[in-house]
Amino acid sequence: MPLKLVPDNTNIGFVKLRFIAFALTLALTIGAAGLLAVRGLNLGVDFVGGLTMQVEFAEPPALDTLRARVDRVGVGDSNLQEFGNDRTILIRLPLPEGEEGAVQRVVSKVRTALEADYKGVKFSRVESVSGKVSNELIKDGLWAVGLSMLFVALFTWFRFEWYFGVSTVVALVHDVVVTLGFFALTRLEFDLNIVAAVLTIIGYSLNDKVVIDDRIRENLRKYRQMDIKGIIDLSVNETLPRTVMTSVTLLAALVALLFLGPEVIFGFTAAMVLGIVVGTYSSIFVSSSLLISLGVKQRAAGTEDARAKGAERIG
Amino acid sequence: MLDFPKWKTWSMWATVVLCLLLALPNALEPSQLAMIPDGLPKSQLPLGLDLRGGSHLMLEATPQDVEKAKLETLEDTVRGELRAADGGAIAATDLSLNGGRLSFTVADATRLDQAIAILNKATAPLGVGTSREVEISRSSLPGQVIVTPTSAGIAAAIDGAMAQAVEVIRKRIDELGTREPTIVRQGKTRIVVQVPGLQDPEALKQLLGKTAKLEFKLVDTAADAEEVAQGRAPPGSQILPSQEGGQVVVKRRAIITGDQLVDSQVTTDQNGAPAVSFRFDSTGGRRFAQATTENVGKPFAILLDGMVISAPNINEPILGGSGIIQGNYTVQTANDLAILLRSGKLPVELKVVEERTVGPDLGADSIKAGIIASIVSVLAVALLMIMTYGRFGVYSVIALTINVLMILGIMSAAGFTLTLPGIAGMVLTIGAAVDANVLINERIREEQRKGRGVVTSVETGFKEASRTIWDANSLNIIVAIIMFLFGSGPIKGFAVVLSIGIATSVFTAVTIVRWMVARWLTSARPATLSI
Repeated sequence: MPLKLVPDNTNIGFVKLRFIAFALTLALTIGAAGLLAVRGLNLGVDFVGGLTMQVEFAEPPALDTLRARVDRVGVGDSNLQEFGNDRTILIRLPLPEGEEGAVQRVVSKVRTALEADYKGVKFSRVESVSGKVSNELIKDGLWAVGLSMLFVALFTWFRFEWYFGVSTVVALVHDVVVTLGFFALTRLEFDLNIVAAVLTIIGYSLNDKVVIDDRIRENLRKYRQMDIKGIIDLSVNETLPRTVMTSVTLLAALVALLFLGPEVIFGFTAAMVLGIVVGTYSSIFVSSSLLISLGVKQRAAGTEDARAKGAERIG
Repeated sequence: MLDFPKWKTWSMWATVVLCLLLALPNALEPSQLAMIPDGLPKSQLPLGLDLRGGSHLMLEATPQDVEKAKLETLEDTVRGELRAADGGAIAATDLSLNGGRLSFTVADATRLDQAIAILNKATAPLGVGTSREVEISRSSLPGQVIVTPTSAGIAAAIDGAMAQAVEVIRKRIDELGTREPTIVRQGKTRIVVQVPGLQDPEALKQLLGKTAKLEFKLVDTAADAEEVAQGRAPPGSQILPSQEGGQVVVKRRAIITGDQLVDSQVTTDQNGAPAVSFRFDSTGGRRFAQATTENVGKPFAILLDGMVISAPNINEPILGGSGIIQGNYTVQTANDLAILLRSGKLPVELKVVEERTVGPDLGADSIKAGIIASIVSVLAVALLMIMTYGRFGVYSVIALTINVLMILGIMSAAGFTLTLPGIAGMVLTIGAAVDANVLINERIREEQRKGRGVVTSVETGFKEASRTIWDANSLNIIVAIIMFLFGSGPIKGFAVVLSIGIATSVFTAVTIVRWMVARWLTSARPATLSI
């Protein structure tokens, strides 16, 4: 007997729940945005410049002594953090004043100081980024996320109708803001890898929404007499097994990466796990119900017919 | 859908086999790899520095430096050309570099036109149709000539300097004996250097951070000590710091520079201390001989990057075209200097603006954890799929395996690098492939529930799901391309895997699975589906 995560022929009234869902979504988005504004992101060296060193000690160092030692080098206030185990310390130092190359001298100074005082110390990872480069990385990251959203909206508009584009982008903005809020809350470091994660979340959340939108369009054509609420409920219910199965499978894969994978990608996988949960929620409860508020009309199905036939030939 | 033309079957499996062949070298030991005859695929997928350890450095030149250097060369050209003018040297006064241009005054007004003509000829563009790199004009002041590099000239100078810098860096790194460094220009004024497996990037940075401009200048012994103490040098001279402390006043004009060096080695001086020997080419040797002959008994200064290393007396003319530099060196520092001199000076100063170094141990740990985690996640996915969809789940898992191998094959052949974010991208691609199969299988289930027959259900399932799969994956491709174009570093690596993976996963999850299902349906003719 095959396993079924969702029973056959569900008939859940998602549309009826939409105002609760909208309120919850709004609250989540505002809460996350508030967190972002108040706590801010713990931006990594990629975006603020400065340097990070991952240092392996022979035995667990006393953090206070170590901090005092690093501060004595006179290169700014250090930020120490255990990374994975108590012998591995992540040292963060701010961007030094002065010209572009200054950050490199800080790396050398700290290296020399620690190698002198701690026997068997190993620098397993050093990342330093100058102010100019970090500004460019921020700019590139924002462009990548912004343009992806824009093209997604254009594509959905072109392929479906404009309100599908709007509802999708609204839901995506919610997914992205909540994910960023999670990073503000946990203070996990936000670096370039996390931007990649955010872009992937956009991609996956999009998958969900396109699948449901596709079904709505198909049902609009099939059941001309059914009212729009009925069509949306039917479409979301029909695609529910797929939505749940795909998300559960992905989560299974990601949870393995989260707990067994290398420490370096912890933030990345954490973002992905959260993004998939949030994206699945917004696909089921928000984006399709939003179509009603945007005034999707039965009439739309008629204008869709010709275009949809063209699409079938492609598929 | 059950009807699979022969050519389709063949081309499908040919594609799979080709990709598997491309992936095969990754499973071989180097000794086995050497046995593969030429013409067959043998390139392995290179691992990124985050996985195998190494240093990534981004160096940046300041364009202003290049502009300044360009003006200094122009200054030399102007002096030389005017001195060699027909009808005797043209006297120029007030030669100065100011605000990105060079100006001087020709004292003899009758020769002003001649001076401008000479310079116009000397700076004429080399190629036909190339624009002038320098403009020469008169100013409103009587007798004053202004020489300005054009923007085309500056762009060409920056371009030339960067290309030359890449070559110098390559020589310097090769001298270190490190394996397979990657040195590429990025944008207008940047160079990215990647050296795999490097434990200590300090030595590398030391080597890349120095311009290594070697100059020999005469010491200005006539300079007034009091003036110098106040920081004022006599005309034509300059005050430079000395490595041994204090300052030395030298003539601005170099008698010879390191450009004419052909070799440099570590040696020992008469006291047995480490020193650096150098040898000039024949032109340089002759000039060196002439200068030392003319100035016997006077001190001259050896300068490196504007710092006086030593200022020995010329005891006798140096005719052999070679000499040694002494300066309290250890064997290590002498060796570094010899490498720098051998590989030539950087045409522009470079600064490290980004460094990412991963120790080899950390890289190995990451790979191990990455592999274990990947295996567990693939197993989890396979288990879920088979438990849920039975036979159809098995087909999906077979397709998934082919998918991963195809990604590896294409990446190895195309010469991409596998990075940590790349592995994450691979896992997510598996997600996309799983999703395609889930879509198809759920649709088949739905059709079954509506009481359709086996063949009709399967046909409708594939047909309806394919449209959705195309829509969703076109969007994902768009996002991946944007990531590739606008993302930097890790995002790029991720986008590459994602783009390749989306293509292969649609191919494996839709086409290959459909072929397997079609074969099963035609041969077994099942009356019911267990899905």
